[in-house]
Amino acid sequence: MTALLPLSVVLPLIGAALCLLVSRSRVVQRVVSVATLVAGVGMAIAILVTVDADGVTATQVGAWAAPVGISLVADLMAALFLLVSLLTILTVLLFAIGQGVDNRSVFLPCYLVLTAGVAGSFLSGDLFNLFVCFEMMLIASYVLITIGATSTQVRSGMTYVVINLTASTLFVTVVAFVYGATGTLNFADLSQKFPAIPANLQLAIGLALLVMFGVKAAIFPVFGWLPDSYPNAPTAVTAVFAGLLTKVGVYAIIRTQTSLGLTELGDVILVVAGITMVIGVIGAIAQDDIKRILSFHIVSQIGYMIMGLGLFTVAGLAGAVFFVVHQIPGKTVLFLAGGLVEETTGTGTLHRLGGMLRTAPVVAAAFLIPALSLGGVPPFAGFVAKLSLVEAGLAREAWIIVGVALFASILTMVSMTKIWAGVFWGAPDEEPPVPDARGATRFRPPQLMTAATLAMVGLTLAIAVFAGPIYDLAERAAVDLVDPTAYAEAVMGR
Amino acid sequence: MTDGRPFGGDRSPILDESIRLAFHTVLVLSVYLLFVGHNAPGGGFSGGLVAGAAIFLRFIAGGRAAGALPGLGYEALCGLGLLISSVTGVAALAGGLGFLESWVFEREVPVLGVVKFTGTLPFDIGVYLVVVGLIAAIVDSLGREADTSETHALDPSHDQGGSR
Repeated sequence: MTALLPLSVVLPLIGAALCLLVSRSRVVQRVVSVATLVAGVGMAIAILVTVDADGVTATQVGAWAAPVGISLVADLMAALFLLVSLLTILTVLLFAIGQGVDNRSVFLPCYLVLTAGVAGSFLSGDLFNLFVCFEMMLIASYVLITIGATSTQVRSGMTYVVINLTASTLFVTVVAFVYGATGTLNFADLSQKFPAIPANLQLAIGLALLVMFGVKAAIFPVFGWLPDSYPNAPTAVTAVFAGLLTKVGVYAIIRTQTSLGLTELGDVILVVAGITMVIGVIGAIAQDDIKRILSFHIVSQIGYMIMGLGLFTVAGLAGAVFFVVHQIPGKTVLFLAGGLVEETTGTGTLHRLGGMLRTAPVVAAAFLIPALSLGGVPPFAGFVAKLSLVEAGLAREAWIIVGVALFASILTMVSMTKIWAGVFWGAPDEEPPVPDARGATRFRPPQLMTAATLAMVGLTLAIAVFAGPIYDLAERAAVDLVDPTAYAEAVMGR
Repeated sequence: MTDGRPFGGDRSPILDESIRLAFHTVLVLSVYLLFVGHNAPGGGFSGGLVAGAAIFLRFIAGGRAAGALPGLGYEALCGLGLLISSVTGVAALAGGLGFLESWVFEREVPVLGVVKFTGTLPFDIGVYLVVVGLIAAIVDSLGREADTSETHALDPSHDQGGSR
């Protein structure tokens, strides 16, 4: 069973290699990519089932024992995130094929390398390997975000690349600090050796890690690059970035902070979380474009996940894990629905849109359900996620952050209402979209795009329906995070 | 620009001849680095970089017209390399070892004598191919404009008859 861990990282790479070899035939590329990701989803299910039954599963790459070798570890949190991510990646791939953004032969290989990077980041058992996998994901994302090479994309892509490279430089520096201070980079080993170093050094390293991953996860005050760069990429790319990249950053924050066990940083994290929630959502309200509103929402929602971590309780971490699980498909599907609006009408600007509830009811439904979920309306998954975080906050008597979270939640609904009222309600705009060559004023998006979006809506609904069992898994994942003994035993073989 | 030489100007016979001499030597050195990498400084990455430098020299001298870029196509080259490296890891797994675990091949071969290499060699060959393919891709995309015209694609004067 442990063979599945390296396989789920290397299989997308093999898929990418095959895609490069057959770069002349788009059909073969598509078949290879879809087959690779379907196999990846299958393996992720197998990993989750194994971890659920047997506890933390670990393997050593190259058969060098930990902490010298590279450990690949799947605990419940990693296995859950991996499965949800791969399902999301697969669905967005279908959307991308429907939209035809894979007409450049480099798209699908990069997409698969990104997948390998995401899987590797989740499964990585040491800090340096996490860096490598993170970079693999980011370098593929540099190509994807500028794939059309329009001048807007190149300009905002530059911001994206420069910010991320700066953060990566900081990442390597922190890796060196950690190694210098403790002599190990293996999370399991680290959780045992870290408490022995001086307290000041512990705090410094914990803060440096928080800042560095904070840039990648777009938390306050280093989130400005995200709403600037994401909206300019093709819809499928933005959707997969929105769903995954920042969440991998959040995963890295949770993984590192829990294995370091620095509960002193909790209050700092809570303050940052509160500001991130509010600033993100206020930014969203100020925007007049679907993708820009949604991009600011990503920032706001990151605040909730960080809040769960900042509480440093089992309930808080369980809330954070559940929040990420519902957010990965939830955020993605909103971007896909926004993409459908753009594809149908040719614009994403709110004041130029209207009345799509009548002209495109399916798109309206595909937007409404995840939007309500994001706003935290029962019975959707977002409600469960926010409820669990609020309960965790109340149990810790962290009144302020709970108040801020509820306030930000109301503002989220306000900005969602803004999209809803601007795009779907009201009369169709007085100035109809420019007719195309065939004289049609409305374009019907390809069936596959709609189908992929609806499948994604189905996934978010499934998370709502199975919220009980998933929350149960998240809670058990949180128990392992708060007390990393089981993780350490599985990795170190002690 | 008819002779395919980038960056304008006439071809320099001295540059042409010295690169013609150096090209194969540099390639042989890159292969040497690839094989020596197991126990000494070298390996797929540095070997690939050296081979890439050879390609770059060819391009400086003669542009693409001089056949500076491998005929296989750099996308295929990268793909092949990535495939070889990944399959090395999976093959070890399939053979009952750990993922990417190294194995040793040592056997008496006619003519060559005792041949010994480890499981890291195919992995390194894959890395070598990826690096060469990537450098070829970079040279190709950076040099594409220089190869055909001195004006840059983003130069606004391009539309106003800026090309020679």
